[in-house]
Amino acid sequence: MTDSALDAGGDQAAQVAGPHQASGSSASAPGAMPGALAVQAVDMTKRFPGVVANDHVSFEAAEGEVHALLGENGAGKTTLCNLLMGLYRPDEGKLSISGRAVRFHSPKDAQDAGIFMVHQHLRLVDSMTVAENVVLGWSKPRRLRFSPRKVEKAVAEAAERFQMPVDPKARIWQLSLGERQRVEILKALYRGAKILILDEPTTVLTPQEAEQLFSSVRDMAADGRTVIFISHKLPEVLAVADRVTILRQGRSITTVPTAGTDAEHLAGLMVGREVSLEATAKGSEEPGPVVLELAGVSARGDLGTEALKTVTFDVRAGEILGIAGVAGNGQRELAEVITGLRGTTAGEIRIGGTRLPMGDPRAAIDLGIAYVPEDRMGTGISPNLSIAENLMLKSYRGKTMRSGPVLSNRKANANAREMIKRFDVRAPGPRTLVRQLSGGNIQKVLLARELSSEPRVVVAASPTRGLDVGATQYVRQVLVETAQHGVAVLMVSEDLDEIFELSDRIAVFYNGKVVGIVPAAGANRQQIGLMMAGAA
Amino acid sequence: MNSNIVIAVLVSAIGFGTPLVLAGLGELLAERSGVLNLGVEGMMLMGAVTAFFVSQKTHGPTALVLLLAVLASMVAGSAMALIHAVLSITIRVNQIVSGLAVTIFAGIIGLSSYLGQVWNIGGVAGHHQFNGIDLFGLQNLPIVGPIIFSEDAFVYASWVLVLAVLYYLYRTRPGLYLRAVGENPAAADAMGINVTAYRYVHTLIGGALAGLGGAYFTLALAPIWTDGLTAGFGWIAIALVIFAFWRPDLLVLGAYLFGIFSALGPTLETRGITVLPSEFYSALPFLMTVIALAAASTSWANRRVGTPASLGIPYTREEG
Ligand SMILES: Nc1ncnc2c1ncn2[C@@H]1O[C@H](COP(=O)(O)OP(=O)(O)O)[C@@H](O)[C@H]1O
Ligand SMILES: [Mg+2]
Repeated sequence: MTDSALDAGGDQAAQVAGPHQASGSSASAPGAMPGALAVQAVDMTKRFPGVVANDHVSFEAAEGEVHALLGENGAGKTTLCNLLMGLYRPDEGKLSISGRAVRFHSPKDAQDAGIFMVHQHLRLVDSMTVAENVVLGWSKPRRLRFSPRKVEKAVAEAAERFQMPVDPKARIWQLSLGERQRVEILKALYRGAKILILDEPTTVLTPQEAEQLFSSVRDMAADGRTVIFISHKLPEVLAVADRVTILRQGRSITTVPTAGTDAEHLAGLMVGREVSLEATAKGSEEPGPVVLELAGVSARGDLGTEALKTVTFDVRAGEILGIAGVAGNGQRELAEVITGLRGTTAGEIRIGGTRLPMGDPRAAIDLGIAYVPEDRMGTGISPNLSIAENLMLKSYRGKTMRSGPVLSNRKANANAREMIKRFDVRAPGPRTLVRQLSGGNIQKVLLARELSSEPRVVVAASPTRGLDVGATQYVRQVLVETAQHGVAVLMVSEDLDEIFELSDRIAVFYNGKVVGIVPAAGANRQQIGLMMAGAA
Repeated sequence: MNSNIVIAVLVSAIGFGTPLVLAGLGELLAERSGVLNLGVEGMMLMGAVTAFFVSQKTHGPTALVLLLAVLASMVAGSAMALIHAVLSITIRVNQIVSGLAVTIFAGIIGLSSYLGQVWNIGGVAGHHQFNGIDLFGLQNLPIVGPIIFSEDAFVYASWVLVLAVLYYLYRTRPGLYLRAVGENPAAADAMGINVTAYRYVHTLIGGALAGLGGAYFTLALAPIWTDGLTAGFGWIAIALVIFAFWRPDLLVLGAYLFGIFSALGPTLETRGITVLPSEFYSALPFLMTVIALAAASTSWANRRVGTPASLGIPYTREEG
């Protein structure tokens, strides 16, 4: 640790502990860990222009503890970690590591103190090997020379020692997301991490990979390390953590031991009101005729490699087909091919029997395809236009928006007011710019535009990603109702719970191929997980 | 064509290729750190004019004068690079705009022309020049003798430099970190590598090498200063880096290939061979540049690992 990183000795830590215990964490609470204090954050505050991302956040974690930080998207979890890592400087607050007050000026200071972080978006150099990534910026003893062979050997030994099997010679781009994450963890352990922060580590994992991660996390804790596990998913927090600190709107609400709490209770604390975690009610009517049909469709990805390989399936009217798979297995390309945004190299797509011309989004719209894209701010919405303008982006050619040859503001505004009411958009009025809305309301505007065109097919890609609990339930409800009105719905999601909750049938994608299609009723999660990993 | 002409073309090609090797290596290092430097042409001209000025106005033994001139060219080149670095790394001006600004500022009818005038060094032959060295006494070997073993110190230095850069990039820690900075600065930053420092240092080295490439014109190729004498070689150097997929070994090959194209016209002309109009030969290197750039920007080339992923993108930690 550098001198500047250390401001004072251990006596200060004792002082700062007292008055803030009220905010929830308590060393004497049942289930508290016996180990010495590893991390103690007191009143950490970080302001960004227009938003207080962390507002006097306090929590503490012991050696050998798995401590979860639970909160909805935007609750300030990532910001808190960036403060712990020295990536951001806190505006207020104190941080102590192993009882010593510290002030980090860069990630290097944090790493010197034994704190490492696996970021939500992994920080690996894709074109380099695993070994090169593991030793990046780290040379003990200091050496100028770099010998790939020696480094590969050292990393192979470390992989063995820490039970993180990975090929040191492989290049990062060749690895699955789960393997990449393992590289990140290995990188931290190799450098002697005492405290490891994992920011939403399971988003990119199959259920089996997540299980594997949980067991590694428990092993690390058993070795006396501290793991700070960040998540917005209740079941995994309950499964892996000893204690959990709940963050809501930038504040730390309380810390509770996971033994003796349950998902409903945590959800209530996380959202700030009573919530029922009941699944969205699904209609069980018989599906109608086939509306969307893919026959042997292949397509290239952005890098020119085959992203879709002879994909064949159909979706019936009134049915939700869930596309399960780990991100990056062709789901995005699938959605783009159906909506005409990407050309195909083989096969045929038919809507109600009519062949969809290749790579023609206008034709796809005219054939009744609506699209709720994964990247809603980029592809779905024009953030600097108003709600009314965004709502007419697809229908400006129709009569409803025109007076003679010119667009009518009056009609557009009237239409927007109606949509705002129907889709429960929380906004001052039709002229509000979309970028001023929250994520959930933006998604509602998007749904309003797409569904009001009375589509025959809805393609929804990760429709609830980044939304809060309330908006998530609303969006799911809308999708189910849409299907009940006889629309064929294709839903891509990386969230298996969502897939199981909404789908009538589940198609699993792996490596650009449909590995299997099963009815959701009676489908086995383990089986789906194995299929997602390409193992079944 | 007899073998004499081939040898003459190759000898001349190494002459034309050397400034490309030097400036190209500099550009390669800067781009490996993520900084696109379109100021190379301006930096070369500044190097050329300063080197010539120092070599004309300093008195002393030739070796010392030349050494001072070479150092001066490197200082001039990196001074221009510093402008680009401050603009594009610290102030985060668009790198294309900033690089072009440097070339316009320093280049033809810019600062280098002005200095040439006020120093009054235009149009006169130089007093000092780098001459061929009989390396290992092998100058008189057939074919390779004149091509390889009788070059000047500049050329030998450029070869050593190529090996040094190769070693640096692939066999040293700082080289590894440099590649990481160019590929994923956020990852490098998270690992405690100082992204800004790496970008500054390599942009400045790039400027120094561009200045050196310019000095080769006025100290070795033809010791005389005329306005804009680098004649677009800075641009070819930038194209070469792309053409070479950011690899020093391929860069050398490419540089000498362009050297051959540049040498073809003059060599044939002095021998009175006129197959095609001389304009065609002078246009040849640029024609090749266009073809190389077009080929390099195809999706086939994009798929090749090579382009530093953060090239042209300023780095911020995204702190509010
Ligand atoms: N670099 C930043 N600049 C401005 N606002 C930010 C920045 N990072 C995060 N925020 C804001 O701070 C809040 C908390 O964000 P974040 O910590 O990423 O939440 P979480 O990780 O819990 O989803 C959000 O409102 C977000 O928009
Ligand atoms: Mg986050």
